[in-house]
Amino acid sequence: MSDPTPDRAAIFARLAELIAPLNKKEIAIAEDTNFANDLELDSLTVMDLVANIEDEWDIVIPLNLLPELETVGQVADAVARMTDK
Amino acid sequence: MTDLLSKFDGLIAERQALLDSGVSDPFAIVMSEVKSPTEAVINGKDTILVGTYNYMGMTFDPDVIAAGEDALRRFGAGTTGSRVLNGTYQGHKEVEEALRDFYGTEHAMVFSTGYQANLGMVATLAGRGDYVVLDADSHASIYDGCAMGNADIIRFRHNSVEDLSKRLGRLPPEANKLVVLEGVYSMLGDIAPLKEMVAAAKAHPNVMILVDEAHGMGFFGAHGRGVYEAAGVEADVDFVVGTFSKSVGTVGGFCVSNHPKFEILRLVCRPYTFTASLPPAVVACAATSIRKLMHSDAKRERLWENTRHLHGGLTQAGFTLATATPESAIIAVLMPDQQTTAMMWSALIELGVYVNMARPPATPTGIYLLRCSICAEHTAAQIDAIIDRFKKAAAATDCQLKAA
Ligand SMILES: Cc1ncc(COP(=O)(O)O)c(C=O)c1O
Repeated sequence: MSDPTPDRAAIFARLAELIAPLNKKEIAIAEDTNFANDLELDSLTVMDLVANIEDEWDIVIPLNLLPELETVGQVADAVARMTDK
Repeated sequence: MTDLLSKFDGLIAERQALLDSGVSDPFAIVMSEVKSPTEAVINGKDTILVGTYNYMGMTFDPDVIAAGEDALRRFGAGTTGSRVLNGTYQGHKEVEEALRDFYGTEHAMVFSTGYQANLGMVATLAGRGDYVVLDADSHASIYDGCAMGNADIIRFRHNSVEDLSKRLGRLPPEANKLVVLEGVYSMLGDIAPLKEMVAAAKAHPNVMILVDEAHGMGFFGAHGRGVYEAAGVEADVDFVVGTFSKSVGTVGGFCVSNHPKFEILRLVCRPYTFTASLPPAVVACAATSIRKLMHSDAKRERLWENTRHLHGGLTQAGFTLATATPESAIIAVLMPDQQTTAMMWSALIELGVYVNMARPPATPTGIYLLRCSICAEHTAAQIDAIIDRFKKAAAATDCQLKAA
């Protein structure tokens, strides 16, 4: 597990690393990069990515929350919230 | 012009491109005549069926047909009603009794399809504040049950005992959890390590387990109950879901359980309540078939023999199969890409062999396959013909094979 209270920037940087192997078109990852429209990830790939994110920070991201997590920034916020106990 | 169907434009274009390349449509087959559990006429040609899930060949069993004919005459073509209103006939009670006898359980509830059984059980058992923990490769009906309900949905890596345990460990101990497993995974034909998975799940507090045995009924375990019986975990499995559309040879779905409060589900499970019940002929066929499956040792033996035969022959021919050994009566032949899969499928249908073509999202990411499901009624000569035609199809389509 990472630092128990990692700051938002560190979370974002690590998220970008986890996304890198899926970033086929090698677009720049920004706060508002959209998983479906920009990265063109299908739903199965998104679910696999979620599993990696859960394991990275030892958190639970239920699949039913995914519709609210459309951009990389939104995921970073969610991870920050969940790790900030 | 864009409208509500515009979101499917991409898929329409992809399909059109495939069809334009000259392959026939794998999702638009019509059987003009069905001669037996293993033979039909497709495009005017006699075709060996090896993609029907008709594992035990019960569709043309004379006793099953006689029971259906009798019920059709005595009870009519349909019930025109919900199970909880006017749609429960004597036959529905009899098929539930047959299921209780087959599974050795206190309760059995029959749905109109297996899809609805999963939809209803998952959505109803786990409510707001509860968790559903499911295998990544779960059947669409399980995912749809999750989408229909209000529980939080957690997915673990396919067949990974460690991943299941880790994810359960992150959940609040006091919360109720439903772990959903399948005995046989229908895409790749691999079976779950249920002994280990059930033990790992039950090591956590407030866990109930549902196992979908759609593809295991009839030929796994001493009574043919499924992989969970073969794994010796019957006492720890709370709910078993199954279907009449595979080994039983007709249509319908069910859940069996020993839970003392099980019967209340008939009133609260919407996919059970708000739809018409199965026709009398169907439940009569199912009850007769289920009772015959209790004593089908010879058929089971033939099914396993046929499965080993086909698995061995295709391996020998150089095809890459999803499982190194025949784990179930599904043999999935791995294909490199969509185009080759479609061409192989087309060549096989021309040669008189019907298999299923499967692609994402039904399959795990990036996997294309030709899936064979074997029947106890296939003859050795038919299996040899299937192997031979697979080889011919590969030669005709430049599908690369491994050196034997
Ligand atoms: C694993 C699994 N569960 C459930 C079902 C649904 O069964 P039915 O055909 O009765 O709707 C199927 C088959 O389609 C299946 O493969």
